[in-house]
Amino acid sequence: MSTSTVLFDLPGPRARRRQRIGTVLGGLLIAALVGLALWRLGINGQLDPARWAVLFDLRAGVPQALGEALLNTLEVAAVGMVAATLLGALLAAGRLSDHIWVRIPVTAIIEFFRAVPLLVLILFAFLFLPTVGVPMTAFRALAIGLTLYNMAVLAEIFRAGILSVDRGQREAAFALGMRKTQVMTLVLLPQAVRRMLPVLVAQLVVLLKDSSLGFIVGYLELLRQARALVEFFNFRFGDLYTFQLYVAAGLIYIVVNVLLSQLARYVEKRTARSAKTAATEQVEEPVDVQMGQGGGGVGAPR
Amino acid sequence: MQFLIDNFPLLRSAFLTTLSLAVASGLFALVLGTILAGMRVSPAPTLRGLATFYVEVFRNTPLTVVFFFLFFGIVEIDLQFPSRFIAAVAALGLYTAAFVAEALRSGINAVPTGQAEAARAIGLDFGQSLRTVVLPQAFRTVVPPLGNVWIALAKNTSIAAGFAVTDLTAALQRLANVNADQILMVFFAIVLGYLVITLPSAWAFRAIETRVAIVR
Repeated sequence: MSTSTVLFDLPGPRARRRQRIGTVLGGLLIAALVGLALWRLGINGQLDPARWAVLFDLRAGVPQALGEALLNTLEVAAVGMVAATLLGALLAAGRLSDHIWVRIPVTAIIEFFRAVPLLVLILFAFLFLPTVGVPMTAFRALAIGLTLYNMAVLAEIFRAGILSVDRGQREAAFALGMRKTQVMTLVLLPQAVRRMLPVLVAQLVVLLKDSSLGFIVGYLELLRQARALVEFFNFRFGDLYTFQLYVAAGLIYIVVNVLLSQLARYVEKRTARSAKTAATEQVEEPVDVQMGQGGGGVGAPR
Repeated sequence: MQFLIDNFPLLRSAFLTTLSLAVASGLFALVLGTILAGMRVSPAPTLRGLATFYVEVFRNTPLTVVFFFLFFGIVEIDLQFPSRFIAAVAALGLYTAAFVAEALRSGINAVPTGQAEAARAIGLDFGQSLRTVVLPQAFRTVVPPLGNVWIALAKNTSIAAGFAVTDLTAALQRLANVNADQILMVFFAIVLGYLVITLPSAWAFRAIETRVAIVR
């Protein structure tokens, strides 16, 4: 429904004038609020260029530290992505199995890991596994937590993708005398993968962003690194650079997020054009994928 | 078992904190999200642009960063929330509102054009047709996505533990530190706390969905 044309008439001259006045007043109000915020920042000395220069000061080591933190983030995310994708595919196959003694426990595992917050899983790996003799580092805890949570979400995505292939394809394949494995690998998967790809990429992006939760277990990712830098500078110069460092970390996050969202959109566009997905239904992006677990969601591909 | 009974007061207050965190920010997000969805279909282009801007910004900002700004950023412009709990509710609510608005907008788009045309034909203006005809139907179709948003929100409250709000996850950290031998029990209790919120919510939303679904 194109609400914009049905729900109201096109505005006449008087309505347009009213809207213009409203726009100007609203704009002035917002400008005043922004100005007020900047003024307060200025009074507190936060806009002093010398304070911002530290972010680009190679001798103080700030750009190196932030870059290293970004690499740390990418590293743990890469491990999580590979492990979660493999395990997720296995779980999806298990959930679609014809054997009830496979299907039920696998379903329980998927539902359990989807219902528990990611942070709790990370803490579980970090605090519990060492007590049963598994040597643990912040990196491993983060990777295990990300893998456990995301394999469950990815399993659901794979399942939805396979179920989205038109029933006729499967029936035709069986009618040709193919076996279960052949139907899956030769007919269903090639079509399902194309359809799943955008959602899969979106979830992997979410996984990357969720690695920001590492700052709670002390993994040196971006936020933690910013905090470490803040503590270091506070010790030497007092509370000079706190605001600047946090803003820098936040901005890096947002830039990375927006870039990755663009990537997801690009993949979506490319697969949407392909005629090879004609026999599948549209798979909607589940909310688990959109909202993330603290890492934040992906802008909707539209 | 004895251990759980000994720490029952802490666990109960942590559970209640998580629950009230989720409920308060959920209500806040529902109200703000409905207003935003209304703005996105409104006649005034400025309002539409503003709502689109809000949704895009918050969908692309990690929740942890929203928390960071509300806890450490706004101090620099001499503002402060009365308590950490309220700041956490604000962060969760502001973030979730963007997703509620998106869900509702898809619901509004799913209402057949004829409904809005009929409402306009009998003389209802924009506000009336939105309030009495389109939104009630839109809310019914978005029960499942809103349910998912609510469950994701309930899980997202655990981020607040990283910002010194004593919710279930914070209780987990505290109990695990002092009771290294009972750690499995601690996890059992905490996970149970989250499941008590998420699983019945999922069932309730499924029940509501079958009750209010519109057969077309």
